This record gives sequence, structure tokens and C-alpha cells, in this order.
Amino acid sequence: MDRRVDRGDGGLTRKIRWGWIAAAAPPALFIGYFFAYPLIRILTLGLSELSIGASGLEARLLRVGWFTLWQATVSTILTFLAAAPLTWAVSSYRFPGRRLAMALATVPFVLPTVVVGTAFVALGWTESIAAILAAHVFFNVAVVVRTVSTLWSRIDPRIHEAARVLGASEWVVFRKVTLPLLRPAIAAAASIVFLFTFTSFGVVLILGGFQYATLEVEIYRQAVTLFDLPLAAALAVVQLVGVTGALYWYSRYQERTAVAWTLERGTNLKHPRGRARLAVLAATLGTLVILAVPVSVLVSRSLSGNYYQALFVDDPVVGTPISSIANSLLFAMVATVLATIIGIMAATVITGRSGQLSRWFDLTLMLPLGTSAVTIGFGFIVALDWPVDIRASIWLVPIAHALVAIPFVVRSTVPTLRSVPPETRQAAAILGASPFRVWREIDLPIVSRAALVGAAFAFVISLGEFGATSFIARPSSTTMPTMIFRLLSRPGEVSFGMAMALSVVLAVVTLGVVLAIDRARFGELGSF
Amino acid sequence: MLEVKALDVVIDAKPILENVDLQVADGEIVAVLGPSGSGKSTLLRAIAGLVEPATGEIEWDGVSIVNVPPHRRNFGLMFQGYALFPHMTVAENVGFGLKMAGNDDTTSQVEEALAAVGLQGFEPRQVDSLSGGEQQRVALARTLAPNPRLVMLDEPLGALDRNLRQQLVTDTRQLLEERDVTALVVTHDREEAVALSNRLALMRGGTIVQTGTLEHLLAEPVDEWVATFIS
Amino acid sequence: MPAQGLGPLIAPDPRKETMRHLTKILALALVLAACGGDDQAGTPESLTLIAHESFAEAVDEETFAGFTDATGITVKVLASDDAGTLVNQAVLSKDNPLADVLFGVDDTFLSRALDEGIFRAYQSENIDTVDAGLLREDDLVTPIDYGDVCFNYDKAWFEENDVALPDDLDDLAADEFAGLVTVEHPATSSPGLAFLLATIDSYGEDGWRDWWERMRDAGVNVANDWNTAYYSDFTRYGGETPVVMSYASSPPAEVIFAEEPTDVAPTGVIEAGCYRQVEYAGILEGTNYPESAGELIDFLLSAEFQERIPLTWFVFPANQDAELPTEFVEHTTIPTSPTRLSAEYIAENRDRWIDEWIEVMEG
Repeated sequence: MDRRVDRGDGGLTRKIRWGWIAAAAPPALFIGYFFAYPLIRILTLGLSELSIGASGLEARLLRVGWFTLWQATVSTILTFLAAAPLTWAVSSYRFPGRRLAMALATVPFVLPTVVVGTAFVALGWTESIAAILAAHVFFNVAVVVRTVSTLWSRIDPRIHEAARVLGASEWVVFRKVTLPLLRPAIAAAASIVFLFTFTSFGVVLILGGFQYATLEVEIYRQAVTLFDLPLAAALAVVQLVGVTGALYWYSRYQERTAVAWTLERGTNLKHPRGRARLAVLAATLGTLVILAVPVSVLVSRSLSGNYYQALFVDDPVVGTPISSIANSLLFAMVATVLATIIGIMAATVITGRSGQLSRWFDLTLMLPLGTSAVTIGFGFIVALDWPVDIRASIWLVPIAHALVAIPFVVRSTVPTLRSVPPETRQAAAILGASPFRVWREIDLPIVSRAALVGAAFAFVISLGEFGATSFIARPSSTTMPTMIFRLLSRPGEVSFGMAMALSVVLAVVTLGVVLAIDRARFGELGSF
Repeated sequence: MLEVKALDVVIDAKPILENVDLQVADGEIVAVLGPSGSGKSTLLRAIAGLVEPATGEIEWDGVSIVNVPPHRRNFGLMFQGYALFPHMTVAENVGFGLKMAGNDDTTSQVEEALAAVGLQGFEPRQVDSLSGGEQQRVALARTLAPNPRLVMLDEPLGALDRNLRQQLVTDTRQLLEERDVTALVVTHDREEAVALSNRLALMRGGTIVQTGTLEHLLAEPVDEWVATFIS
Repeated sequence: MPAQGLGPLIAPDPRKETMRHLTKILALALVLAACGGDDQAGTPESLTLIAHESFAEAVDEETFAGFTDATGITVKVLASDDAGTLVNQAVLSKDNPLADVLFGVDDTFLSRALDEGIFRAYQSENIDTVDAGLLREDDLVTPIDYGDVCFNYDKAWFEENDVALPDDLDDLAADEFAGLVTVEHPATSSPGLAFLLATIDSYGEDGWRDWWERMRDAGVNVANDWNTAYYSDFTRYGGETPVVMSYASSPPAEVIFAEEPTDVAPTGVIEAGCYRQVEYAGILEGTNYPESAGELIDFLLSAEFQERIPLTWFVFPANQDAELPTEFVEHTTIPTSPTRLSAEYIAENRDRWIDEWIEVMEG
């Protein structure tokens, strides 16, 4: 008889290795071909001509790198603080308007930076660091609210009650019981907000100005304006290394703190009573009002003329502005489907095995969020003519969006998947479920609710045109943000008014889509 | 008939099971009795295929099943924590094994299984709304419904209070015998072991020390530990 | 279409019919053999034009209809973000170009493009229609349009406050206009850079920094981009400065896109300190169809296309024979001697100029 040593993760994992490979292949291929390969090509191209020693460079790099780091850190912290009240409210209680409040908080995420910029300036937020930080908070509150509340609202209330009975005050319960259980979700949200603000471009340039350059701005300046591709590549590498370091630390932390406990269904939330009602009201309305201030500037400007009607009229220059909705929605659907499918597969793979391989897989999937858009876009140009020339394909747009969206899907599903006790899957296997069926009957339904949170983000990201689409060449296909930008780039009251009106339309469309996704159910099994 | 021969299981370089020998004849109920940490649960998991043995054999009717994946062994395992599927109703839980076997319409079989554990009408209930005793019975029904050729129960009554346990011990034994099930029950409680089974297998430190009926063990204990433990 | 009403004119003779059919088939075969495949002077089904976003997104079915009708070639348009990105993409894809023709490179980025040799020389048959002042010495690129970056002023404000318009740049630095002027940052804005170049040309290497120091002390407002300058800082839109750096085509746009129809433009152009940005098109080296690409460039310079330019892209046509729309004629002044610097000169000094400007403004 041969000696086989069991690794302690149960023979189950050994025997489903093929299943693991089948699940890992599509995400690996997608990220490999559309991210890693272009990245490696463009970086080697740039770095091959690098000659270090430009004067004053190190000093500027240090300054820029330091600024990027601290503004991202401060932005993340401020975002958490700003999002805390609303997150608490929607995670602890059920109340009328709860879903609407969460959807409304997501609206800022989609608004084009240039539009938000005009609103901020109108409000007197002159170009300064404060304006940059405020804009970052404004955009990213939704990430924290949605990511953390998914997990928080599922904590068994009996844990909370047990702690109270043992003599702990509310605050102590929060600090010693709730917060530790929330750590995976907090870390997930923090990593995303950090990455977004780390690679912030439009906000920094428009609201801060050139004196506040981040690494991303500097990469753009070197690559596009000064044509110094080697230096831009070097900066991109620095940015990547920094981001990878942060993500590696984060992933180790995540694994250590994730705790498997039985999930409750979401309907354990009760209506608030007594003093809590006031607190919930204050938290919700307060947050929404603050977020609404810049948006209200847009709305009031859009109403100062017949601009909404003008959107339906065939403008001789831009065509019919409202028709840009079709393109936006189409791209968003493709990007969302792509990101959700790949994200769920990736999350399954990441939680299926522990160890270095999973950790690096997870990290690689997050990298597109932290990689310079210039780098990715130019990477596409350099790399994607092999094996087939797809460099000018329209589908690169949703693919670029999906790259940025996949981390959202992964981050919202991994904590939920990790919370499923292994016995649950083992029980299914013994009852006759093959590895694939275990996934389909157990993992998928449980994870689907969480995945929808990620999917909603994917949709919003695509609508708001995040990602590398600026730096790829594509057949002209006017989306709403593009149309808004075009309207804003020409003088005239009507141009400006229409830009504002279309921005409001974009916000409303986003709201509608997010609400629809939130109500959707995935599969017929149960209402988990 | 189940035969375990010279089974060794090592987890994280620690030997958990050493040279385990065990037989369970068709229709027999064997209780594996031992203190905590003796490796009882691991034995069940190894037989179920959730854990790979380092050396040794597991045979069913003379055919080795060591390389058969868990979902094809046609065994049943009721976990200590029940491991009910939280996102499914009672009916969906109980009918799961039948569904995996390819039955499209499981309604009547689920009804029958629930009736057998005394939970008629519980089909649409959500599992997290059930009491401990109800969950135990659903877990049992789920394990039995697909008529597996071997049923394994890991501390089936461990999580329940004393009165409930008394009642359920009788019910469970009755149910197993009615269905003429071949069963392996793991427990640390001597009374439970005796009440549920035909034969005992005493386990200690990862190995089976002695098997036999209670009378046999009392009369001829193989060593002092057995004598003390069994009395 | 049903052939009723035509009726057979003569009864068809079967043998003659067969002969007629065979002849047709043979003739067709000969014609196909003659035009099939890509021979030297081959005509493609379509050409690809790559341009910056503001050009590409305004293209519709009619834009290139004239070209397609004349040549049978359809034009596919690819969009890049801005001129800088456009040139970079072209350079990166030199070995396997994304398009046949590139449009939208201007003097600030031209040098880089020429250094990398991405263009193929071509002299357009319409080149004589172009103003001599826009021409270059080589034929690597063809001027297609130009835009003048000029100070715009808010007429209403000037009337209300009874202030005289500045005649030249020195006037702008005077106390009268302290805090009343907005310019854009040259590092982040194309008009910003253009104006900086205008001041360098006006005052020379030795004088431009002094002028900017005076402007800094007078409290000149520096906006990060044109949007902020125009829609937030301009008094016309509720801002504080009645003089803002914009384009000569902005007043006509204000008329065309006014809420209430008007005959009088609400803003005007100040001729002092204007800079002329010329946009070029060129055939990308590596194209499979250089001759057809040349025809496309000819089309871009044709009066038909050039006359669409003002109202679609708010720049001026290079072709002097192209008629300007009335709004452009009435509501703006085309500066007589705007600054133009050579692409090479700009490329050599731009970073230094921007860095020195930043030093001056922060100091």
C-alpha cells in the first residue's frame, strides 16, 4: 500500500482538484490576457529604454508618491467616518426607504468628475486639498455602505443579545463583538476605496490642480504630454509595487480574521423603536442630505431652462443626446455579466483553497483597480494585436470596465463564501452532490445575494465610465458621460444646461438600475 | 457489509487513527464509543471519504472504496452540528439526497421521511426557525431519505437536553431498526451507545481497543481501561 | 419590383436568350477578374480614420457621405481621448497601425509624431486652397483646420462697469484689470499652454516671466481646465472674472446655443495675446492603401467637408474657399496676427517653459 499523507484540508479538496482548475481557468485566462499580458508588454517596452538620472526627479517622485499615499489614506478614513452612520442604520434595522437610501448613496459614484467639479466649484469648494478629499468621500461613501452592510446585516442578532446579557453596553458590544466580526468586510471596503483614491486622476486634476499631482497624474503627464514612456513605465511600476504591497498585507489580514459562523437570513432586521428611530432617521437623512448638496446644484442648474426637452431634440452637432443612454446601458450590461460570472468563479476558487496560490490569485484580480489607466490602455494598444487584432474592437470598452468591476464582485462574495462552514458542503457531497453540484446547490445560492451587490457596482462603474477606456482607441460610440463631456466642452447656455440635465438623467438611470438589481433574486432556491 | 482494515489517518503530520479494524454487518448498528479526542469523528469522515487515509483499506462487500469520491459512496453521514442547508426549506433539505440521485419528484418520499421522524407538515419551514430537537430530526430524515447503504451518525443526540435525549434515543433506535439500516453511531455517552446499538466498539487514542456487546465487554474486558470505562 | 405593365416586347427566342445570358456571365467574369483582389492601385472597401474624441464623436452618416459616394469607400472612425493620447497610440502601434489616416495632431504634439516617423508624405491636390500661414515645409501632414485661442470678454459686465477693453497684454497686467482675468494652467489645459506660448512669443525669452509676475501680483486667476474657467469663473456664468481665456469661436457658439434667439453675441474676442492652433491630418506609414488614404485627405480639405467644420467642431477651416457660416462672420473677430510657434521649437522648450511658469506663479 502506498503512503499518502492527508494534508488536513480533507480529501474532499484533493478530489475536486479538477473542479478547481475548471473554475480557475476562465478568470485566470481573462485577467491573464486582458490585464497581465498588456501590462507586461507595455512595462517592458517602457523600461527597456529607461535611463535614470533626470535632474530633480527623485525629489519630485518622493513628493508625488508621498502625497498620493497620504491623500488616499486620509480619504479612506474620512470615507469610513462619513459612511458609518448610514451603514449602521441600514445594517441594524429595517425601515421604509432603506433600499432607496442605499441606492441614492450610490448615485454620486456614477457622476462624471468634470460635472461634479463644476458643482463643487459653484459651492465654493475652491481648488484645494479639502476639495479633493471631500470629492473622494462624496464618490466613495457607497462602497463602504454597501460592502459592509452586506455582512453586518447578516450577523446573528443572538450574538449581540448574548453579549448584552453578559453585561456589555452597546458601545462595548460594538467594539468587542461586532467590529471584529465585520473586519473582513471593513478590510474589503477599505482596500477598494484606498485603491480608487490612490489612482485618482480627474478629481485631483480638476479640483486640486497641478500642484497636487498624484502618481496617476504624473504617469499621465510623463506618458501623454511629455512622451517620456520609460519614466512613465517606471512610475507605473512604483505604483504597482505599492498597491501590491498594500493588497498583500490586506489579504493576509483577511484570511486571519475571517471567521466561519452560520449565516442568518437577511430578514432578521427589525424595525427601530423608540430612540433608535430618531437615530436611524438622523443617520439616513443626514447622510443623504449631505450627499445631495452637490447633486442639487446640478438639478437646479438643469431646471433653469428647457434643457430636458432639448435632450430629445436632434442637435446638429451632438445628435440626439438622450440616445446615448442606449450605448451606456448596453456596455453596462455586457460589463456586468462578464464581471459577475468571472467574479463568482474567482471567489469560489479563492475560498476553495487556502494558501499562497489563492492569495496571489486574489491579489492579481484586485490589481486592475490599482493600476494606472494610462498603462492599461496603452498596454491594450501594444499587446492586443496578437493572436488576433482586437485593438480597435468596441468590446474592449466593457472588457476594460469589467476589469475594474471584478474586484467588487470578488470582494463582496468572498466574505460570504468564507462564512459557510465546511460541513455544509461536505454534507451535500455525502448526499450525492458532485463537486459541481455542491457549487451549484450550496455556494451559488448563498453567494448570489452578495454577488448582486458586486454586480450593482459593476453596472454603475460601467455607466460612469471608469477604467482605461480613455486610453484605448475605439469606434465612436457615444455613452452618456461622453455626451455630457462633449456638451460641457462648448460654450453656450444651452450646452451647459443640457450637460446638467443629462447628468441628472444619468443619476436617475443609475438609481433605477441599482434599485432593480437590489430587488432581483438569483435562482429559484430559497430567499437567501 | 463494511470492513475497515488497518486504517491509518494522519492530519497535519499528527496520527489521528492508528491501525483501526472494524466490521459492520448488514443491518447491524455499531456504536463507536470513546472519550473526546479519541478520533471517532475522524473515523466516520474517513469512511465517508472526506478524509484520505494514509494507509489501510475500507471495503464494502469486499470491494475497496478508498478511491471512490464521497458523492458516489452512497453512504449517509449526520454531522454533529447537523449542517442543515440554511438557504433551503425543510423539504428541500430532506429531499436533497433524492434530488442528487436523479429523482424529480421527491414530494412523497420527503413526506414519508418527515413522518417517520414525527415532523409531518414541516415541509415549508425554514431551518433556522426550528428548535434543536426539530433540527436533529430533520437532519436524521435527510440522512435516511435516500436510503443509503450505510448510515453514520456523529453524536446524534449530543446537542440536546437530557429529557429530549431520552425520548429521541428510543425514537432513533426504533427508526433505524424499522428501516433495517446498517449504521455506525459515534458517541461519548455510554448510555446512548448502549441504547442505540447492537454492538459497541471502544475507541481510545486513535485505535479500536475492543468490540463486542455490553455484556461481553463487562465480562471480558481486554484491559483495565476498558473495565473502568465501560462500568 | 413586379414587371407588370412592361409586357414582353418580343417573344423571347430560347437560343438567343441562352447566348445573351452566357455573354452577360462572361462579361461579368472579366470585370470581376479585372477589379478583384488587392493590386497596386487597389481600392479598399473601407478606410479607417483615427482622431481625438471631439472629432470622432461628432461624425455621423452624412459626414463622409460625399467621400463614399465619390470613391465607394466607407470611412470607419476610431476615437482616442485627446491629441496627446492620439499621438502616443499612433507611436505605440507604429509597426501595425490602427488606422490609415490620423487626424487631430496639433503643433504641440507634432514634433513627437514626426520624430517617430509615423507619417507618410503626401501633398494634397487641394493644398493650394490653404492659407500660406498655415503651411509647413514638409508634406508629412496637411493642415485641416485652425482654432484661435483668445481672451473672451463679457460685454454686459464691461458695459455695466464702464471699463475700456484692453488693447494689449500690458493693459491686462495693469491695476485696472487686477483680479479680473482667468487663464488656464498650461500643464493641464491646451488653451492654457497656447496662451503661455503666446506670451513667450510676445515678450521673448527674457520678458515673459516678468509679465507673468505682474499678472500674479495683480491676482490673475488660474483655472485647471477650460470648463472651470468658462463655466465657473467667467462672469457670464456667475463667476468673478469678466475676461477669460477661451476660443475665437466661443462668441458664435454663445449665439448659436443661446437660450433665447439673439442677434448680438454676449461675449467678444480680445485680439491681444491670441494663439493659433493648427490641426493636421496625415497618412499613417504602414497603411495598405496610401492612394485611397490620400483621397481621404483631399476630401478633408475639400470645400464640402471644410464648410461643415465651423458648426460641428467650432474651429476654422483651413481651406480659404470654404464659406463661413454667418454666425462666425458676424460674431467674432479673426485675429490678424496671432502667435504661431513651430512644432520643433515648442517640443524643445515646452517642459522648461511650463516648469519655469510654475516657479514664477508659485514664487
